Amino acid sequence: MAIEAEEPDRRDFLVLAASAFAAVGGAMTLWPFIQQMNPDAGAQALASIEVDLSPVKVGQAITVLWRGKPVFIRHRTEEEIAVAKAVPMKDLIDEYARNAALPEDALATDPNRTKDGHENWLIMVGICTHLGCVPKGQAQGDSKGDFGGWLCPCHGSHYDTAGRIRKGPAPRNLEVPVYNFVSGSLIKIG
Amino acid sequence: MSGISYSSYKPTTKVGKWMDERLPVGRMFHAQFVDFPTPRNLNYWWTFGGILSFCLMAQIVTGIVLAMHYQPSGEMAFDSVERIRRDVNFGWLIRNLHAVGASMFFIAAYVHIFRGLYYGSYKAPREILWIIGVIIFIVMMATAFMGYSLPWGQMSFWGVTVITNLFSSIDSIVPGLGTTVVEWLWGGYSVTGVTLNRFFSLHYLLPFVLAGLVVLHVWALHVVGQNSPMGLDVKTPSDGVPFTPYATSKDAVGMFAFLLFFCWFAFFLPDYLGHADNYVEANPLVTPPHIVPEWYFLPFYAILRAIPSKLGGVIAMFGAIAILVLVPWLDTSKVRSTKYRPLYRWFFWLFVFSCVALGWLGSKPAEAEYVFWARVFTFYYFAHFIVVMPLVGWFEKPLKVPGSITEAVLAKNKGAAAAAPAAKS
Repeated sequence: MAIEAEEPDRRDFLVLAASAFAAVGGAMTLWPFIQQMNPDAGAQALASIEVDLSPVKVGQAITVLWRGKPVFIRHRTEEEIAVAKAVPMKDLIDEYARNAALPEDALATDPNRTKDGHENWLIMVGICTHLGCVPKGQAQGDSKGDFGGWLCPCHGSHYDTAGRIRKGPAPRNLEVPVYNFVSGSLIKIG
Repeated sequence: MSGISYSSYKPTTKVGKWMDERLPVGRMFHAQFVDFPTPRNLNYWWTFGGILSFCLMAQIVTGIVLAMHYQPSGEMAFDSVERIRRDVNFGWLIRNLHAVGASMFFIAAYVHIFRGLYYGSYKAPREILWIIGVIIFIVMMATAFMGYSLPWGQMSFWGVTVITNLFSSIDSIVPGLGTTVVEWLWGGYSVTGVTLNRFFSLHYLLPFVLAGLVVLHVWALHVVGQNSPMGLDVKTPSDGVPFTPYATSKDAVGMFAFLLFFCWFAFFLPDYLGHADNYVEANPLVTPPHIVPEWYFLPFYAILRAIPSKLGGVIAMFGAIAILVLVPWLDTSKVRSTKYRPLYRWFFWLFVFSCVALGWLGSKPAEAEYVFWARVFTFYYFAHFIVVMPLVGWFEKPLKVPGSITEAVLAKNKGAAAAAPAAKS
């Protein structure tokens, strides 16, 4: 079957130009209607909070609210730290530290989950990386799961004493937010 | 159906004639809902289509009334629902009808879907009719999910959190995309009143989308005609009876029985199908110890939890619904009705049992033996569509199917039905 290739004429040019104009115009009109649903500047403003850790005794934990999310602060015991350090890397489901202060490929060793010289403080966003529930393990009577850390009640994800996922459907370790020790026992999150 | 369609529509008034020459709406309704030939042997399982239309209208009417009193903001939503229940005149009644109505809508929809599966109503030429039905089911679930968020109790809040987080599993395919989508849905970094407000807007919109889809569903039904318990179409005038009064009056009997059941729940057990936790106001710091979705989502929730991978679970859950679209082509049997399929019948009831079992398991905590059984039944759920439907269709020797609806009815009634009126032609 012979195909006769004709020179594009003025009509072809007009159809093409008009279609392109309509497509770009349509996309530009659609954009505000999609963008309006994203977090606005008010929600984006990186609210930071300061927390005084001095009332939190060894073995205790507190939960604070930061950017609408719960942040877990646990004052770990020597034993909990030792257990976390003894875990071989090959036992971890997620081998990355997930620490906002470290490069993305930093390994999930216990020191990489905490701050140098403050390894007794474990500070993490308390949102299960599976489907966003708040794991149990902060309050006194809570079940801490099979690894002594946290247990998500929704779908049974177990986290260890460094907040690393060890069992269950969650794909990642609990996220460590950006925080700094401002003075002795005062931290600033965000 | 052109061979047996005719019109008994005769406008009698002057206005009626004037209108008929300009916009023949009356003629159209008369043709579709009075003259339309419906199989003479339909059983009560066929009354659920009409019941579902009623459910949609009832939800829209009660919903519009509730929206007159409801406040879609994080601060006021919970209190405004309590105010509707306690203070608004008849608010308790309208709110219960709407909340219980959602459950009744799903009961009727599930009966309707299983009826279609049993009698092979998805087979040619009804594929498009079936697919529109699947789309209706999906939009219905989205509508119900957003509606359940509105009372802003603990189950509302954590249900929204868990279900919207399903989209974060996209992160394991395209890193960052899932999080972007979830934050776009939320309008923030967690579920807040901003999320509630947009869900309210969409919850108001989607029922009207549903109404449009129902029009297409009924249109497609009236083009190909109704299936029947024998899996036979209306082919000759004696196979059918006029829609009115025969189908309408049978539908009315089914509807009244259904309404008794509906009212029993609305008046005596309004909270039976809900959760006590939803009478605790939403709290982003505390997840209830055992969160479960509404009962009508439980089988799919069990499938989600049965797969030990975040992305895999999400794919299985959505796949469990999406696979219904392929049913017309997965079922290879030439016989429509399971009535004449001695082998497939067993598998059909095993499938029903699996769905009920998954529902029960979805309400249980995600622990050892429950997860094990959820995996077993999830396996069968998919195997039924992917393995059983194609293979049984090939290997099974079906029973003899009657030649026509008339022949089957007459054989059953041993000639006594000869006096039954047939559709005029």
